[in-house]
Amino acid sequence: MPAPLVTLLFFVALVVLLALFLTRTSWGRGFLVPLRAMVRKPETSQYPEEPRPVTPRFHGRHQLNRYADGLEKCIGCELCAWACPADAIYVQGADNTIEARYSPGERYAEDYQINYNRCILCGLCIEACPTRALTMTHDYEFSADSRRGLIWTKDKLLAPSVEGAESTPQTDREVRRRGFNYYGGLAVTPPSVHGGRFEQAANAPSARAGQVLPTGVVGPGREAGTLPSTDEDPVDPAVVSRTNTTAPVRPDSEGER
Amino acid sequence: MNENAQSLPLWVHLVRVLAVFAFFLVGTALLTWGERRILGRMQSRRGPNRVGPLGIGQFVVDAVKMLFKEDFTPGMVNRPLFTLAPLIGVVVSLLSMAVIPISGDITIAGHTFPLQVADLGVGVLWILAVGSIHVYSLFLAGWASTSPYPLIGGVRASAQMISYEIAQGLAIASVFIYAGSLRVSDIIAAQSGDGLIPGMPGWFVVPLFPAFVVFMVAMVAEAGRTPFDLAEAEGELVGGFVTEYSSMRFGLFMIAEFMGAITQSAIMVTLFFGGPSGPTFGLEGTLAGLLGFVWFFLKTGFFIFFFILLRGALPRYRYARLINLGWKVLIPVALMWAAVTAVFVMLTEQGGLGPQARIALGVGAAVILALLVLVRPDEDDDRPAPDHAVDVAPASTPAEPTASSTTIGRNG
Repeated sequence: MPAPLVTLLFFVALVVLLALFLTRTSWGRGFLVPLRAMVRKPETSQYPEEPRPVTPRFHGRHQLNRYADGLEKCIGCELCAWACPADAIYVQGADNTIEARYSPGERYAEDYQINYNRCILCGLCIEACPTRALTMTHDYEFSADSRRGLIWTKDKLLAPSVEGAESTPQTDREVRRRGFNYYGGLAVTPPSVHGGRFEQAANAPSARAGQVLPTGVVGPGREAGTLPSTDEDPVDPAVVSRTNTTAPVRPDSEGER
Repeated sequence: MNENAQSLPLWVHLVRVLAVFAFFLVGTALLTWGERRILGRMQSRRGPNRVGPLGIGQFVVDAVKMLFKEDFTPGMVNRPLFTLAPLIGVVVSLLSMAVIPISGDITIAGHTFPLQVADLGVGVLWILAVGSIHVYSLFLAGWASTSPYPLIGGVRASAQMISYEIAQGLAIASVFIYAGSLRVSDIIAAQSGDGLIPGMPGWFVVPLFPAFVVFMVAMVAEAGRTPFDLAEAEGELVGGFVTEYSSMRFGLFMIAEFMGAITQSAIMVTLFFGGPSGPTFGLEGTLAGLLGFVWFFLKTGFFIFFFILLRGALPRYRYARLINLGWKVLIPVALMWAAVTAVFVMLTEQGGLGPQARIALGVGAAVILALLVLVRPDEDDDRPAPDHAVDVAPASTPAEPTASSTTIGRNG
């Protein structure tokens, strides 16, 4: 046999022996595990360049929502702060006035802070929120280089107004002129009572929405579930404010029942 | 093979020193990146990929980090030894590369020489001697730290290195007995011819296979890498002898470790795989010599990859088993094969053996080897003896009265 052929055969034999060792012996099969992993596609996700999508119900950073006309949904009730197991939320409520209306109804959050040094992103606050003012976004990149930087104040948490809508504060007259149905006719009732579905606010006698919004008002010339025409209405039951000096006369309280 | 070293001008020596130094230093730097990269792929990760293409700039960033970290010296340490220990490690790792040729003969300006710092007459012994000094680095680091974990790490390191030094030395002994010379260039020349059949490489891995296996295990222990990295043992000893080190002094230990892996691979290639020899494809002169560098690089790379594969595949050995393996398996095998080699060489010198005698000797050696593998002493000395198992058996078990009575009844 010519010498180069022998050399070639020698190396072929070496490779075959190596392959036999790797596939036939228990030691070799052990060594084959990392070798097989080498030819697989790595599991690593290229995070900063190609972030992977989060699940739909991902608990990211919070957001304070607005209605379509720019009014804030938050009514400053502090239920989120009370629900918070980490004591991360601070809410200071205040009254809406005729000149400065922030939210439909009586109260709004004058100051709203979430301390992300403490927050565990458990989502109990958004479950507690009666108006869906507080929700969680898919944003999780909010690290900061100082403790103070992790305290998010209302100006950072509040979502921007929808296009075409003004920001808060708005005047009462503008709000009334729009005749906006703030809870969309849907009230927040416990799911367990009504089979897990929401119910029409007007049909639910215990719904809080009925007390705040004009939809529940039933009076002369007005049917239940319809919006009142607020244009020429001098008295608006939606305005429940201490500064509202003109005592509102509720249409439905005229007749004693 | 070479001109007399005295006759070579100074610049030749400079070229050799710089070439070898650059090869091993660049290799070490790239290995710090390449190992993490390959190890990452073995674990379905990508490894470092942020700095430069494929993350190749990682070693620069690591070096900068190491250099600029605070060089903290704990108050209670023995300062001179504490500083000396990492230096010994790096210097010794560099020194043992001195006798390893990384290319074939190349000719520059009329002078023909291989890229090798010094072709010492005691070449192989130099590797062993310098390797033994490396133990001092680890041991002094453990001792000078005056802290329990480093001390345990240092003690482990010295016990391990000394044990495996013997096995490795015996494996090397069969190499130079077979080659008939301690000089590294002679050992390579002895391998450059044909093997048993013309065309087959005459690498010593074939006739000295047991010595090769022993050397392969021992070199991992000598380099102090997984699965024999008990001296560091992050899980048990925090960091072993490097626990109290930080900054560049820690970095020097890391350099020494990576350099150790390269050096051991290079020694392995030199002693058992023909060093820079390989097919020349009809090239001659300097080009063939430079092709030798390619072969050397590929062979060394194979064993460096083997080091990384070991780290990816195996967990850390237990200490008692490590010492058992060294003393009860590797040293006897290496000793036996050194003796067999010596006998073989003696017989060849006396006039050679007939083919039948060769076959008989080979079969005999195979039988001895098989016995050595199959009939092994009890490996786990600290496993409880069977007597203890009897003691804990429940004493209240009835002594089978029914069985005996039935037997009696049936008989009666």
